[in-house]
Amino acid sequence: MSAQKDRWVPSVVFLLFCASSIPRSGSVGLQQEPSPQHYFSGLEAGRASLAFFSPSVSAGAQPFLEQIESSAEALQDYGISVVKVNCPKEDVSRYCGKENALRKAFLFRGTRLIREFPTDALFDVNSIVANVLFALLFNEVKYVETLADLENMENVLKGKSNMVFAYVPATGTAEHRAVMEAAFVYGTIHQFVLTTEAALLKATSHDDPDVSSAWLLFCHCQQATDPAQPCRRTALGQPLTLLNIHRHLKLMGAPLVTEVAEDPEKVSTVHLQLGLPLVFILSHKETYEADRRTAEFVAWQLLGKAGVALLSRDLVDLNVLHRSNIALKTPDEGMPIQYLVLEDTDEVITLVEDKNKVKQIQEDEQEEEGEEEDEKENNNQDIQDDQVVEAVSRDKKRELPLEQILVLTEENFHSSLLEAARTVVLFYASWEAVSLAVLRSYSDVAAHLKGTSGVVLSRVNCWDWPGLCSQENVTQFPTIRIYKEGQQSATYDGMWGTEELSSFILLSQVSCPLKLATVDEAEGYLRGEFPSELSSHRHTSLLGVFSTATGEAREAFEEAGNILSGHVRMGMYFEDDALALSRKYSVSPPALLLARSGGRSVEGITLSKPSVQDMVQMIRYELLDVF
Amino acid sequence: LGLALYAGSLCAVSGATFLYHDYCVIGAGPAGLQAAYFLQQAGRDYVVFERSHAPGSFFALYPRHRKLISINKQYTGKSNSEFNLRHDWNSLLSHDRRLLFRHYSRDFFPNADTMVRYLEDFASLLKLQVQYNTAIIHVTLEKNEQAWNGHYFLLTDQDRKNYKCSSLLVAAGMWVPNVVNFPGSEYVEGYETVSINPEDFAGQTVLILGRGNSAFETAENILGVTNFIHMVSRSRVRLSWATHYVGDLRAINNGLLDTYQLKSLDGLLEGDLEDLAIVKDKKGKLHITLRFYLENRNISKGIDSITLPQDELDNFATRAPYDRVIRCLGWKFDFSIYNRSLRMMPGKGNIKKYPQIKPSYESKGARGLFVLGTASHSVDFRKSAGGFIHGFRYTTRAVHRLLENRHHGVPWPSTVYPVTQLTNSIIKRVNEASGLYQMFSVLADIILLRENATAFEYLEEYPIGVLAELEMQTGRKAHNGLFVIIMEYGRNFSGADKDVFYYNRAVGEAQHAWQSNFLHPVIYYYKHLPTEREMKLRPPDWPLPRPDAIHHIVEDFLTDWTAPNAHILPLRRFLENCLSTDLRNFFAESCFLFAFTHQKLPPFCQQGYLRMQGLVGSQELWHHAVQAGLLQDYTHTDFSGDRPPDSHDGSQEQLMRDHAIPVRPLQHLVNAKDE
Repeated sequence: MSAQKDRWVPSVVFLLFCASSIPRSGSVGLQQEPSPQHYFSGLEAGRASLAFFSPSVSAGAQPFLEQIESSAEALQDYGISVVKVNCPKEDVSRYCGKENALRKAFLFRGTRLIREFPTDALFDVNSIVANVLFALLFNEVKYVETLADLENMENVLKGKSNMVFAYVPATGTAEHRAVMEAAFVYGTIHQFVLTTEAALLKATSHDDPDVSSAWLLFCHCQQATDPAQPCRRTALGQPLTLLNIHRHLKLMGAPLVTEVAEDPEKVSTVHLQLGLPLVFILSHKETYEADRRTAEFVAWQLLGKAGVALLSRDLVDLNVLHRSNIALKTPDEGMPIQYLVLEDTDEVITLVEDKNKVKQIQEDEQEEEGEEEDEKENNNQDIQDDQVVEAVSRDKKRELPLEQILVLTEENFHSSLLEAARTVVLFYASWEAVSLAVLRSYSDVAAHLKGTSGVVLSRVNCWDWPGLCSQENVTQFPTIRIYKEGQQSATYDGMWGTEELSSFILLSQVSCPLKLATVDEAEGYLRGEFPSELSSHRHTSLLGVFSTATGEAREAFEEAGNILSGHVRMGMYFEDDALALSRKYSVSPPALLLARSGGRSVEGITLSKPSVQDMVQMIRYELLDVF
Repeated sequence: LGLALYAGSLCAVSGATFLYHDYCVIGAGPAGLQAAYFLQQAGRDYVVFERSHAPGSFFALYPRHRKLISINKQYTGKSNSEFNLRHDWNSLLSHDRRLLFRHYSRDFFPNADTMVRYLEDFASLLKLQVQYNTAIIHVTLEKNEQAWNGHYFLLTDQDRKNYKCSSLLVAAGMWVPNVVNFPGSEYVEGYETVSINPEDFAGQTVLILGRGNSAFETAENILGVTNFIHMVSRSRVRLSWATHYVGDLRAINNGLLDTYQLKSLDGLLEGDLEDLAIVKDKKGKLHITLRFYLENRNISKGIDSITLPQDELDNFATRAPYDRVIRCLGWKFDFSIYNRSLRMMPGKGNIKKYPQIKPSYESKGARGLFVLGTASHSVDFRKSAGGFIHGFRYTTRAVHRLLENRHHGVPWPSTVYPVTQLTNSIIKRVNEASGLYQMFSVLADIILLRENATAFEYLEEYPIGVLAELEMQTGRKAHNGLFVIIMEYGRNFSGADKDVFYYNRAVGEAQHAWQSNFLHPVIYYYKHLPTEREMKLRPPDWPLPRPDAIHHIVEDFLTDWTAPNAHILPLRRFLENCLSTDLRNFFAESCFLFAFTHQKLPPFCQQGYLRMQGLVGSQELWHHAVQAGLLQDYTHTDFSGDRPPDSHDGSQEQLMRDHAIPVRPLQHLVNAKDE
C-alpha cells in the first residue's frame, strides 16, 4: 500500500500545481473496453480502476455517463483508470448479467473488488472523485460520528502526529472532494478525520457555526504533551478548496517562529511566498528569553494569518529607532518594511488582523480633513430625502378643493352613513404624508364623480377622532372603506391613484357579478350601456353565460365575482334562453364573454375549470393589457 | 383575656361561612371605581367594599376648603379625546362619553363636591358592584394550594361578616392623618377638624405646621384676616412649577409666599417638629419652645419656670405668642387592618407613609395583593403622577392588564403592523397618548419587533419597572429586539432649587434634542430584552438600563411632534439605523424603477406597490418631488409643454437653484439601502 503511495505522491503534487498549464501527452479519458473478459484480463495488480458495465445499447444511464466521462480525467491524476465495459448481449456473467448491476459502478484494485457504487451516489464529478478517493483512502481518512470517537482519535495521536479534522455538510460535495484530494497528498503525514455530523461541528467551533458550510481544523497533536488537554487547534478561515487546504497545511508545517539574523529586507519565508505578512519581533540579547516567549505567543495567535520571526538587533545593524520593537513586512512588492512601537501583543494581533488601523496611525495629519467630510455627511442627515414627505410639504400652501368631500366626526359619523346609499370614507391622519398625498388624489376623484348619485365621498381625520378610527378598526393610514347603508361593505386595496379609485367606486355601485334578466340587458351590458351607473366606465366587460344546469361553474363564478368586486366589471346570465346568447357568440355554456372597447369586439371563452382560484386567475389574465 | 378573646374570634372566623369573589377591591374612591370598571368590562367576578354610604368619602371631607387643585380644562383647541385627557386631571377612564369631568364642572379648579357627585355617577351609570357601608377591619391569609396565588384573602367587616377572595386590590387611599407628638401637642388643632370660617381667625396670630398643599390652602383661606401666619416644617418649600411634580406646592395655593417675600408679616421657617414644644400661658397664648428646655424644668413651678428660647436669644424668630397652632402634615396609609401574614410593610425614608410595593404594583409581602390609587405612589413619589387621579387611572389599567394575563390567559392587548407603519405609530402615540404623558418615565409603550423587522407588535402603557418580566407579564414574545417609548424631562432641569426660567432653557434644534428640558418623547432601542440584573444595575434616576441606541425627539413648545423635518425625519433615521432598513415612502414610479434596478425593495414598495397598492400621487406632487431632486423626471417634457411659455423660464431657474443644493439627488434615490 505505502509503496504504491510513494509512487503516487510525487506525480500528484506535480500534477496538482502544474497540470492545469501543461498539456498532457496522450489522450486521457474514458477507456473503451470491448468486453468484460478483455477488461478483467487487462487489470494490473495494485492499480485501481473504476468500471461500469453496460449493454452495448443503453439509453437510461446517459447523464451518468457524461459525468463519468468528465471525471475520468480528474481520476487519471490519481492513477485511477475509468473504464466502460460493453457487455455482449448474450453475456449473463456477474457484472453484465443482472439488471441491477448495470446501475452500479465498480471500483477494483487489481482484480479485487473494493466497493460498488450505486450510480445515484455519483451524480457529478465532485461526487465521483470524492467517493472513489474516500473508498481508496479508507485507512488514511477516518470517519467519526461522535465526539467521543474524535477525542479518542486525538488522544491516540498525541505526541505522534498532527490531525486534520474536517466537517462537510454531506459527502459527495465539492468540499468533500477537496478534503479527499488533500488527504491523498497529505494522508501519510497527518491523520485526516472526516465527519458530516453537525453536532461535532458545534462541539469544535466557538460561536454559532453555520451547519451548511464546511469547516476544517488543524489539530497540533504532535507537540501535545498533556494528555488531559485537547490539542491546540487552528481553523481554516477560508472556504474549503484544495488550494486553501494545501496552503493551510503548508503554513501549519512551517516553523512557529523563525529566528533570523539578517536584514529583514532580505528575509523570505513560506508566509511571504503565500501572500501573508511577516511580523518581526525585534529582540535584544538581554531580553531574549522574554522576547522569544512573546514571539511564540504571538505566533500562536497569528497562526494561519501571518508569520512571526525573531530578529536579534544585536546581530543586525538596523537604521531604525531604538524604541521600535516590531517590524511588519508585507508580501506586496516594493512596500517598505514598517517599524513600529507597540505596547502589547494585542496591538500586534490587531495590526495584522486589521490593517486599516495602521493606516489611521500613519494618516494622523489627514484626519482633520476627514472630520470635515463627516460633518458634511451629518448635514445630509438633516435633509429630507423622503420624496413623498418633501412633495407634500412643498405643496402644503396650496388649498385643496375639498368642498365635495363631507367631513365626518364622532358626532355625525353614523347618522351620515345612513343618509346615502353608499358612502366612501377616507380615514387619514392630517400630519401623515402618504395620507395627504392620497387626499389630493381623493379630491380629484370627488371632482370626477361630481354628480354621481347615490355615492357620497367623505373623510375622517383620525388625528381628531382617534376613538372613531379605532372603533372602526382602522389601524393604518390611509384607509378607504365603502359603507352601504351604514354597514361596512368593502375596504379598498388597490393603487392609491385617482383613476383606480374612481373606477373602484363606480364598480362598487353594482353587485359583482351583476345578474342580468333579459337578453336585451345582456346585449346592452356587453355594449357598455347597461347598467346606467357604469355607462361612464370604459373598461372591458365580462359576462358569464350559464345554462341553469351548470350550477357548480356558476357558483364558482359568483365567488370569483366576490373576490374581484370593485376591480372588474362582471355580469352573469343564466336564463332559459342563455343558449341562444351563447350560440350568437359561438360558445357553449358555461362560457365567458369578454367585450373589449365598448362591445365592438366580443370574445368567447369556454369555462372548463370550475375552481374559484382558476377562474380568478384566468379573469385577471384576460384583463391584462396587450403589452 | 384579650389574647383569649382574640383567639376566640379567630376560631369564629375559621368556622364561619364566606362570601366568595375572585376579586375584592377595598375602597370605592377614584382608584377603586376605576379598577371596578375594568373588572366589569372584562366580565370578572368582583366586589368593591366601601365603608361610607357613597363613593369618594375622602372627597366628601377633603380638601377642607373644597377647591381641587387638579385642572379641568374645557378647551384645548383639539377634538382628540385621548389628547384632551392630558389636560383633564379628574375624569376616570370609561367608554361613556357622558362621564367626562368637563360635563360636571366648568371650573378650572373644580369643587370637591363635584368630584363626589362625579364618582356617584360613575358608579351608578356604569352599574359597578359596590357594597356600601362595609368597612373592612381585618384582612388575613388562608393557605390553599388550589388558590391562584397559593392563598386566599379573608376579609372581615365591621359586622363580623366574612369574605374570601383570590385577588385583593387595595384602593383604600391615604386617610390616616400624620401626627407629631411633642410636649404641648394637645394644644394643636388638626387640619381635619379646624374651622374653615375665616371669621374665626380674625385678629389672631396663627402658626401652621407643615408645608404641603393643605398647609398653604389653610393659610390662603385666612390670610386676609389674621395678624400674621407663620409656617414651620423640616424641609424647604418645594414649588411644583420648579419640580414638575404635581404634589408639590401649587401656584394656586402659594399666596403666602408673596406676603412673606414682600415682608407683609407672614413668614416661613425651617425646623424639626420633633424638637418642638408648646406651652400655654395663663392668657391662653401659645409659646414655642424647645423640647430640650422642657426636660430640665421643675414641674411644680408652672409656666413661668419654663425657659423660652427668647430668654437666651432675644431675637428668636418665633418669640411672639400664637393664638392657634394648626397641624397640616398630610396623611398616611392605614396599615392597621392587615394581619402580619400579609407583611404589609411601610416603605423606607420619604416613602414611609406608603406600603412597600413592586413596580408592578403588587405588594412585596403577599402575592396577589395589589395596591392601587394614591397609596401606590411609592413607585413614582415626587416624580410622576401615580398618586393622583390623572396618573393612577392609567396604572390601574396596567394592573388590570397584568391580572388578565396572569389569571385569565388574556395577553396584553396589542396590534400588529407592517414595518412601514413604524414611524407613524410612534408619532401618533407621542402626540396623543395621555398615559405616557401623565405617567412619564413610569408607563411606556413597547414595540416588539418581529423576525427580520418586517412587522412589529405595539403594546401600550406597560409599567417599565417590570420591563425584564415583559414576556411573562404580557404573554407576548420579545425575541427580535424592542423599542421602548417614554416621555422624560431633561435630567438636570427639575428640582426644588433649580431656576426653571433661565435663558435658552428650551432647545429648538433637532440635533440638540438630547438636551431637551421639557417633557419630550425618548425612544430606547434594545436588541434583547433587558434582564432583571440590568434593570437593577441601571444608573440612579434612569428609568431604564443602557440601551443599544437612544433617540430624543426635540421638546416642542406646543407638544406637537409632527413636524416633518424637526421631529419625524430624525426619528425615521434613528429607526432606520437600528433596523438597517429604509423606511422612506415612495411614489409608485420610484418603486417601479427599483423593481428593475434592485434585488431588494424598500419595505414601502414591497408592502405597497408590489401588492398593487402603490402610491400614485398627483401631477403637483410629482412636480414638487422632481423640484426637490428626489424623483427622476421622466415626464418633464410632457408637462412643461402645457405651461405658458413666460412662466417657463422662471421654473427652469427654480429647478437649477434646487439642484444646486448639495444633495446628490439621483444617488439618494438610487442608493436605497438594499445591502
